[in-house]
Amino acid sequence: MRAVLLALPLAVALGSGPLLADDDEWMPPVTHTLTREECGDCHMAFQPGFLPARSWNRMMGTLSDHFGDDASIGIEKANAIRAYLTANAGDVDRRGAARGYMRWITPDGVPQRITENPAFVREHDFRPSVWQRHDVVTKSNCLSCHKGADRGYYEDD
Amino acid sequence: MPRFAMLAAALLAVMTGGPASAGDAADRAAILSGYAEQAAADDPGFSGFTAARGEDLFRTRWAGGDARTPACTACHTEDPRAQGRNAKTGRPIEPAAVSVEPDRFTDIDEVEKQFRRDCDSVLGRACTAREKGDYITFMQEQ
Ligand code: HEC
Ligand code: HEC
Ligand code: HEC
Repeated sequence: MRAVLLALPLAVALGSGPLLADDDEWMPPVTHTLTREECGDCHMAFQPGFLPARSWNRMMGTLSDHFGDDASIGIEKANAIRAYLTANAGDVDRRGAARGYMRWITPDGVPQRITENPAFVREHDFRPSVWQRHDVVTKSNCLSCHKGADRGYYEDD
Repeated sequence: MPRFAMLAAALLAVMTGGPASAGDAADRAAILSGYAEQAAADDPGFSGFTAARGEDLFRTRWAGGDARTPACTACHTEDPRAQGRNAKTGRPIEPAAVSVEPDRFTDIDEVEKQFRRDCDSVLGRACTAREKGDYITFMQEQ
């Protein structure tokens, strides 16, 4: 019994952390179903750790003009998603790659793109022909190169 | 029947018989008749949907909305039976044809959401009820 009680928290700790991945190769995954669904329609639902809370706040207030798309949703859904994204933002939960990305955020910066963060730019300094691959289309298409991206895994593959 | 088997059978029934999110032909027919009512209200001369007009809607280069998506085919490809790809985000899209994806056009909320987004993106305006019915009629025959 004692061993079970001790093993349980260990399993929980392992289950919620990176599995055989080094810190920068992992980002805490999206665990909120509504966010996965509503923000996963047009692209993968990006992990909240890539942006600070104020960025998600602004984005959730400007969904009718979202990178040229109208991504607006009902106010109740939007509020629930906003609460999830801000509570798990990179400046709140610094696990995994969040720490490296947050280092580059200026005190008053409210970035909207993950792909413009210097941490991203440095990790993705590829020849133009890589970005022109027909299955890539845009830098934000993480899944085209990282097969485990929607589970938070960004190992080199 | 042993108790365990009964329990297992009951569980299985609950798991498989739950509210079906994957709809069927009856759901699609109901959506179409809803659009037909609206189309008749918009235009008293309305006399039914046609696949030919739906195909036109699908293939025309409207270029009325977002420059990345001049036509429906920019994301759904020229072949409705083929897998598509979102021209803005690169994300793969399952084929639009009902023969390949039988649960296409069976959830009214999903259908309305996509018509709103996609017509705005391609035509720069909302699609009419007639256009929506024509489109589904075309995809049903694909
Ligand atoms: C209607 C389609 C659509 C929906 C729904 C949508 N997005 Fe987007 N999103 C886009 C497009 C298009 C882009 C720009 C893609 C590009 O240029 O690479 C984008 C880009 C982004 C980016 C920036 C990616 C980068 O380049 O770093 C973030 C972050 C983002 N979306 C978050 C969200 C969140 C959060 C939600 C849910 C509230 C959401 N999106 C829902 C279409 C959508
Ligand atoms: C064109 C392919 C491509 C796309 C698209 C892409 N990546 Fe990467 N990414 C790579 C490669 C290759 C590496 C490894 C670079 C290296 O090891 O020098 C990498 C590295 C990373 C790393 C660092 C992992 C480590 O080993 O430390 C992170 C985090 C990451 N990418 C996140 C993202 C995110 C988030 C997106 C989408 C917004 C994305 N990537 C889009 C190819 C891509
Ligand atoms: C920007 C890319 C894009 C363009 C352009 C586009 N679509 Fe779509 N369409 C999607 C995505 C993404 C989905 C949702 C994913 C899915 O249903 O597999 C979708 C799904 C749909 C659905 C819902 C199908 C269902 O089973 O519920 C309809 C209806 C639809 N599109 C109509 C159109 C029409 C009409 C046009 C042209 C006027 C068009 N689309 C152009 C991306 C696009």
